[in-house]
Amino acid sequence: MIKLIGIEKVYDSPSGKVHALKGIELEIARGEIYGIIGLSGAGKSTLVRCINMLERPTAGKVIVDGQDMTTLTESELRQARKSIGMIFQHFNLLSSATVYDNIAFPLKLSGTGAADIEKKVRPLLELVGLSDKANQYPSQLSGGQKQRVGIARALANDPKILLCDEATSALDPQTTKSILALIKDINKKLSLTVVVITHEMQVIKDICDKVAVISNGVIAERGSVLDVFTNPKHDITKEFISVLLSNDLPAAFRGNEISQDRTPDSYLLLRLIFLGDRADDPVLAKMIRACKGVECTMLFGNLDEIHGVPFGRFIVGLSGEDAAINNALNFLGGEEVRVEVIGYVRRSSTATE
Amino acid sequence: MFAEVLPLLSKALGETVYMVVVSMVIASAIGVPLGVLLHTTAKGQILENIFINQTVGSFVNAIRSIPFIILMVAIIPLTRFLVGSAIGTTAAIVPLVIASIPFIGRQVETSLKEVPAGLVEAAQSMGATPFQIISRVLLPEAMPGIVSQLTTVIIALVGESAMAGAIGGGGLGDLAIRYGYQRFRPEVMLATVVVLIVLVQLVQFIGNTIAKRLDKR
Repeated sequence: MIKLIGIEKVYDSPSGKVHALKGIELEIARGEIYGIIGLSGAGKSTLVRCINMLERPTAGKVIVDGQDMTTLTESELRQARKSIGMIFQHFNLLSSATVYDNIAFPLKLSGTGAADIEKKVRPLLELVGLSDKANQYPSQLSGGQKQRVGIARALANDPKILLCDEATSALDPQTTKSILALIKDINKKLSLTVVVITHEMQVIKDICDKVAVISNGVIAERGSVLDVFTNPKHDITKEFISVLLSNDLPAAFRGNEISQDRTPDSYLLLRLIFLGDRADDPVLAKMIRACKGVECTMLFGNLDEIHGVPFGRFIVGLSGEDAAINNALNFLGGEEVRVEVIGYVRRSSTATE
Repeated sequence: MFAEVLPLLSKALGETVYMVVVSMVIASAIGVPLGVLLHTTAKGQILENIFINQTVGSFVNAIRSIPFIILMVAIIPLTRFLVGSAIGTTAAIVPLVIASIPFIGRQVETSLKEVPAGLVEAAQSMGATPFQIISRVLLPEAMPGIVSQLTTVIIALVGESAMAGAIGGGGLGDLAIRYGYQRFRPEVMLATVVVLIVLVQLVQFIGNTIAKRLDKR
């Protein structure tokens, strides 16, 4: 549906040229919710604006629904933009127009008659749950309601694509949830392709099918949300995920020296990641039964779900003879669980602190 | 005494209102589009054109830097060409219009600058043409500000029209000078000042009321 080929964007700024995007390649399939995550200044807002040519790329091609956007004339481009809805962080509603007129705005631009506008706007008001607010002005609405108006307005032209530029960043967590649920809902109902720009991993986790992590104008990592979440490769990705899924050691071990060699009175800490149907396999119980002489202490555990796929993360501490520990590691290596060896760490004595 | 001053006063008020209203209508018809031009051709705006922007901008600044009394005399040939005479109430309208156009232009430009750039971007994302952005986004959104600014221009016009007496334009200012000052009639002076104060208050009140009603922010 959307194909970005070799997108470059260079800005002239007083302090010299700024290379905002450096050869972005991205393909987004029809009906997908594609997340683009990055820190501020990473280039994600520029990238999403290249899709509807609010920013013209310095080089590269933008293919939307088979059409190369970079070669269109101004009037062809205006026509093409009507099939790409966009919502914004600060909603960008007309303060001088009512909710109804804001949603009708794109239709009025196309010269649609009042009766046809009414036929279009009423169901949209219904869809976003604002039928009773039709005659109010944006200043009388809450942030979440304003974004609902923004969504209805973006849908008025029956677009094939919805671009969401930090659409929930100005909203509180609860409102964010409801707006994301609405986006997901319209994605399903209207089989709309959705591009979500955000700096919040929670947004990606909640609604996206795929994600691209953008950093310094390049895509650092991409893939299905499940893959990227359970097996992040790039440091920046790990950092984004760590906001949701803490990588810290349990309090009793935090800050203590981690050694790859055995030290007296220490535990060998392992991080175990269970995925999918295996998340509820009794792997640890089997290990304890199979490997005599190894003690296993559960130090941290968390069971989450990404798009319905169970996803468990545990930290366990092993103690016992070297041979027994090696035996246990070998056993785990043969099971369907990902094992990451953290190292030998001493447990702080909470009594003396 | 009062019976004698009243006809003078009402005639002068009529002349002032005539000069202000006609000047305001003509000057707005040119000044508002000028303000739109100044705003939309500026850097980063929808019709960015630095050459036009700077040329028009310097022209506007040049006219605005001429004191009204001098402008009035300096353009006498133009006035004579346009209205056939360089003296009288209608002749005074020409310099009033010329002085007000750049004033309105700058005021409208200031109001348009207040419209958040995001709104323009949103309209562009919906495929709006530059003309639609101006007529359906910029002007409606800036309207409360523009009304307030135009109110200021009207009040400035009331003041400038007082100088129109210098070219036989008549009006309240002229009455105050000729009767109140030159003929030593302080009561005429006082009456004129009271009428001017009431007039300005009224204009400001109406302007504020309209601006407030338009403002949905």
